[in-house]
Amino acid sequence: MKTTYREAMRAAIRDAMQRDDRVFVMGEDVGRYGGCYAVTMGLLKEFGPERIRDTPLSESAFVGAGIGAALNGMRPIVEVMTVNFSLLALDQIMNNAATLLHMSGGQFNVPVVIRMTTGAGRQVAAQHSHSLEGWYAHIPGIRIVTPATLEDARGMLWTALVDPDPVLIFENGTLYNTSGELADDAGPVDIDHARVRRDGHDVSLITYGGTLPATMRAAEELAADGLEAEVVDLRTLRPLDEETFLASVRKTHHAVVIDEGWRSGGISGEISARIAENALYDLDAPVVRVCGAEVPIPYPRHLEQAAIPNTSRIVAAARELVGVHA
Amino acid sequence: MSVDSELGVDPKHGIHLLRQMLRVRRFEEKCVELYSAEKIRGFLHVYIGEEAVATGVLEALDREDSVVTTYREHGHALLRGVSAEKVMAEMYGKVDGCSRGRGGSMHLFDKATRFFGGNAIVGGGIPLAIGVALADKLRGDNHVTACFFGDGAVAEGEFHESINLAALWKLPVLFCCENNLYAMGTAIERAQSQTDLALKAASYGVPSWPVDGMDVVAVENAARRAVEAIKAGGGPYFLELRTYRFRAHSMFDPELYRDKVEVKEWMKRDPITVFTERLRGAEAISHDDLTALEREAADEVARAVAFAEASTDEPVEQLTRFVYSEANVS
Repeated sequence: MKTTYREAMRAAIRDAMQRDDRVFVMGEDVGRYGGCYAVTMGLLKEFGPERIRDTPLSESAFVGAGIGAALNGMRPIVEVMTVNFSLLALDQIMNNAATLLHMSGGQFNVPVVIRMTTGAGRQVAAQHSHSLEGWYAHIPGIRIVTPATLEDARGMLWTALVDPDPVLIFENGTLYNTSGELADDAGPVDIDHARVRRDGHDVSLITYGGTLPATMRAAEELAADGLEAEVVDLRTLRPLDEETFLASVRKTHHAVVIDEGWRSGGISGEISARIAENALYDLDAPVVRVCGAEVPIPYPRHLEQAAIPNTSRIVAAARELVGVHA
Repeated sequence: MSVDSELGVDPKHGIHLLRQMLRVRRFEEKCVELYSAEKIRGFLHVYIGEEAVATGVLEALDREDSVVTTYREHGHALLRGVSAEKVMAEMYGKVDGCSRGRGGSMHLFDKATRFFGGNAIVGGGIPLAIGVALADKLRGDNHVTACFFGDGAVAEGEFHESINLAALWKLPVLFCCENNLYAMGTAIERAQSQTDLALKAASYGVPSWPVDGMDVVAVENAARRAVEAIKAGGGPYFLELRTYRFRAHSMFDPELYRDKVEVKEWMKRDPITVFTERLRGAEAISHDDLTALEREAADEVARAVAFAEASTDEPVEQLTRFVYSEANVS
């Protein structure tokens, strides 16, 4: 069936609500408004205000309440409008969700799911556009997933809810309108493994989330040059499935890491380090990174686009790496 | 229960309340000693002076109710029914501690008694309590979540966000503000534009009132009244429990910020000595009874120390356990 990323996400929420009475949704404008990005549109009518709960603007309280409800047997889906707003709830995510199981010596697991929009590309400037999923991936005790495809938008949520520990789902805002075919029986998918989205043997393009489409387009362009790029979609940033991208690098001997987040201290550095630690002698050249520019995301379109990875930068980086110059 | 009019409480229950406060006091005194002996490390915050608060409030709860508290929570844990052995072993960082030694003094947890922890971020436990209560409400379980925090937390956004949400959603939360007049070293009048904290809470539409936190009977009565109203569907209640900490904030605190005379004045209102005198005045307790209570408390502490001493360290190979769940528990 033809669907969009947004609709796939909504179908996932509806499916979870139907499967399990313990599941409920809470967040700012998830009910009457229909969700800031319209993901929860229509669900209030279907499930009622007890299970689709509009909250006041109080990220710390409602994210913390999600954690508390999870501690007490529920399976909350908490929606935070954007990743930048999630910083208002960082205390709850970092100091409670990520630590309670450990601090309690294994007694209190926190089966909460926290969804949020991430990323730039929509001209909403420096307080609505950052890509902080790599930051969050620094924290042990939480799981970070970044659905980039329709299958993952449809399938990751249920698996996240079944997971006994906190899962943060980062939905890149540029993906919501992505459309395509999704199998009628599409359902839960694993959230443990990276996936090779395109086979190739000349260079590994390692990415996740919002930059997957640009990376796939880059691989097509490279193919026109006779370069077969392998595209690895990380899917989960913590725990990081290094086996999949290391296997790819061992095959292609070249690695380009593409990350919309900032280069300094970002997840791209972690991936590069793991390649250096585990596959250095398989490389024919140093790892190359295509990352977000080290600026707060600016408003004007031309500057914003210059601040984030795009197809031509990925293509150029890959060509240079393997020594092919157009 | 027959209430002695002079005493304000059934004599037998009065002795029980005194026993509970004494258990906490003697345990805390031992903790201070063990800290000096370097058996307990890290931060240690003792509850000496404030015992009437947790004692009175926790009397009003049932087993199915829940407790969320702060880093000054040894007393709450003991009163809730976590064994002194497990609490002391936790202080020692031993594997038999109530959090397997991983939390220490500030992070006591016990699932069996629905004790959702000592939270060491001021205000950080309050949103959790809201969520625990929300889960009860969504399931239709008529339970209360008691959430303890200090006067310092009332300056935190998390308090205001949470009480607003609790009031809006009529959640069964008992907000227990342990107002000991100091946020670590900052006196309340230096931190709060409105020092009447019950008034502040009332602005959210939450029934709120101040309680003499040095009087265990007053605390218990207030808590029972609030819990009854909450269980009748009245939404959250807020108690400002006015109390005082006799000891330093933590073992590192040189107490430069408060006058020794002030401390001495408050010590005249020691909840244990005052209540003991009250029981004696009403001839509700004998010298022998008192001796027996002291012996019981001392024995409990001695057992706790012996248990902690005998407990083992968690093998270092297990360092990374409990970061993620080991079995699918959903």
